Amino acid sequence: MKQISIGDRKLALTNIVFAYIAFLIGTFCGLLQVFIRNDALTLPSWLDYYQVLTAHGVLLALIFTTYFIFGFLISGMSHSLGAFGPKVRLFSWIGFIITTAGTLLAIVEILAGRASVLYTFYAPLQASGWYYVGLALFVVGTWIYSFALIGHYVKWKKQHKKQLSPLFAFMTISTLILWLIACLGVVATVLFQFIPWAFGWVDTINVELSRSLFWYFGHPLVYFWLLPAYMAWYVIVPKIIGGRVFSDSLARLSFVLFILFSIPVGFHHQLTEPGISSFWKFLQTVLTFMVIIPSLMTAFSMFGTFEKTGRQKGATGLFGWFFKLPWKDVRFTSLFIAMFFFIPGGAGGIINASFQLNEVIHNTLWVVGHFHITVGTPVAMTFMGLTFWLIPYLTGRRLTKSIQKLAFIQVISWSTGMLLMSTSQHILGLLGAPRRTSYAGYMKDPTALEWFNGILSNHVTMAIGGTILFLSAMLLIYIVFNTLFFAPKATTEKEQVEFPMAESDLEQTPKYLENWWIWICIAFALIAFAYTIPLSEMIHHAPPGSSGYKTW
Amino acid sequence: MHIHKYEKIWLGFGIFSLVLFLSIIGVTAFAFNHHPAGGMETIDPEKLEQTAPFDHPGVHQIDEDTYEVVIVAKTFGYDPPEIKVPAGKKIIFKVASADVSHSFSIVNTNVNMMVIPGQINTKEYTFDKPGQYLVICNEYCGTGHHFMKTSIEVIE
Repeated sequence: MKQISIGDRKLALTNIVFAYIAFLIGTFCGLLQVFIRNDALTLPSWLDYYQVLTAHGVLLALIFTTYFIFGFLISGMSHSLGAFGPKVRLFSWIGFIITTAGTLLAIVEILAGRASVLYTFYAPLQASGWYYVGLALFVVGTWIYSFALIGHYVKWKKQHKKQLSPLFAFMTISTLILWLIACLGVVATVLFQFIPWAFGWVDTINVELSRSLFWYFGHPLVYFWLLPAYMAWYVIVPKIIGGRVFSDSLARLSFVLFILFSIPVGFHHQLTEPGISSFWKFLQTVLTFMVIIPSLMTAFSMFGTFEKTGRQKGATGLFGWFFKLPWKDVRFTSLFIAMFFFIPGGAGGIINASFQLNEVIHNTLWVVGHFHITVGTPVAMTFMGLTFWLIPYLTGRRLTKSIQKLAFIQVISWSTGMLLMSTSQHILGLLGAPRRTSYAGYMKDPTALEWFNGILSNHVTMAIGGTILFLSAMLLIYIVFNTLFFAPKATTEKEQVEFPMAESDLEQTPKYLENWWIWICIAFALIAFAYTIPLSEMIHHAPPGSSGYKTW
Repeated sequence: MHIHKYEKIWLGFGIFSLVLFLSIIGVTAFAFNHHPAGGMETIDPEKLEQTAPFDHPGVHQIDEDTYEVVIVAKTFGYDPPEIKVPAGKKIIFKVASADVSHSFSIVNTNVNMMVIPGQINTKEYTFDKPGQYLVICNEYCGTGHHFMKTSIEVIE
């Protein structure tokens, strides 16, 4: 059994442990929120609802995801391309240290009550300058990580001239390219707008420009979470079910399309705001919809693999393959449920991004429901499914029967909780209940009170869902803890946990798919097309800027 | 590149639905003029009180069938505090913020406007039914965000 080098293991494990510390605190903040909205809990005077909400968003959406992703990518790159050299390892550690310094700084500012601006930090709400410095360090740290991994890949390419890289490495590089291009927007606004303004070097800020630069980053950020989950679906799932990658070239093409169509689409988060003309909003709606193509390609590949493998195992009939899937293997079942949640999640996404439909649900609880069944389930639950074997693989411990049973309970409780919570959020959103609010009856307004009368659309359902989710999260923390420190060491070859990486046929894959320069150039051309004119309008016809406000 | 026959059919279906969705959106937008709230006018957020029309927030009749409603959003409420408009007439809402970002969202309608400091947001709407409509702020604006509301009375 191939195991990755000890230095790389340490690096990956440290990232995963940090991810789960953020997860623990973040889900606890989530638990507090459902009870505050239920009016069942009042926070002590030194803690504010919006502070808890900021911590929840930052810890789960940014910190948990990013650390886990790098833990996963590091393990997979070391597994598929070989052990890291000393330089790659050194720079990965430097990246980790800088990211962590940024994280801690941002968290301290949130806890001190100086940054209750939520993770979108919309100007002219003004947090302390150090909060923005924390965010900047966080991003810079991830860039160093990214370049370390890209360096590892470049070295492999030099040693294997004219060869296509393994699928996992290809997908890692796509994800990192997407991340690096996406971050340009947030880095620009944080360095050139927020930091000088928050430290008082300039008096005012161009609000509309800062929002647009944020969403230039904010949407591809979603794909930065999603692509590692897709990697698991494309590469890990086929191996677990005993098959091969359905089509190597289609898998690569879909990742390339994600690079192209996930960035020039940020305006679909700004459809109901002034300052961007209808034409540009519509154009970005069109570009957003393009993402339907790689998403449907992924769905096809998944079910194609299921059917092909099922038939090889002797399945007959149209749906016989369904029963040949390894339902008793938690590594598979968790990922399957995660994918299943993405079907309504993706459909809801099309609604959100639609030019006019957006006004029905913009900033309502629907949106909260939406990202809990996209990021909170397909992404997070895929990461959970990976955790079950990734930690034992890295620690050299066994994945015991009892842990597998607990893992099943964890996955099923997470889906139940999410189903309850997100369904009620979707319905409440359609009725008009706003997102990001503490308990609100709007002074017993009859319309507001009516929202919460339904069987599913009431605060109790949401609180029950949230409670189940929290218990499920605690179970996961126990599993993580156990496989890190207590599960028995694997002694025989058979007990050792593997990194399930499926084989893919490279013969029919065209070489140009791995010519990154083509894709980077097209990506920048699309970005220039979608952003140059509207952004220059925002700069040249800017209103007088806004001074900072601290309204919390 | 080798593409499986079924995958070609599936992709054809995908591209067809993409074109269909976009055509529906495009036709309703540009042929039936169904656009979300927006506008390109700018304003100095600190001088709303001196700048028309925000120096006189409230309901103004423009002609027989058109009314303009000018609203200032600020932490944590709206000015004017009371809005009364007739049913069946075209209402043009114009909103601007005096401080941070807010929203002006009329529940049970598709009037859902972001109020960004420095920008004027506009949306036309015709109320079919008389009654009391709840208006809320659905963009986080600070500790009083969940109290920020007003209401619109639509009369015969």
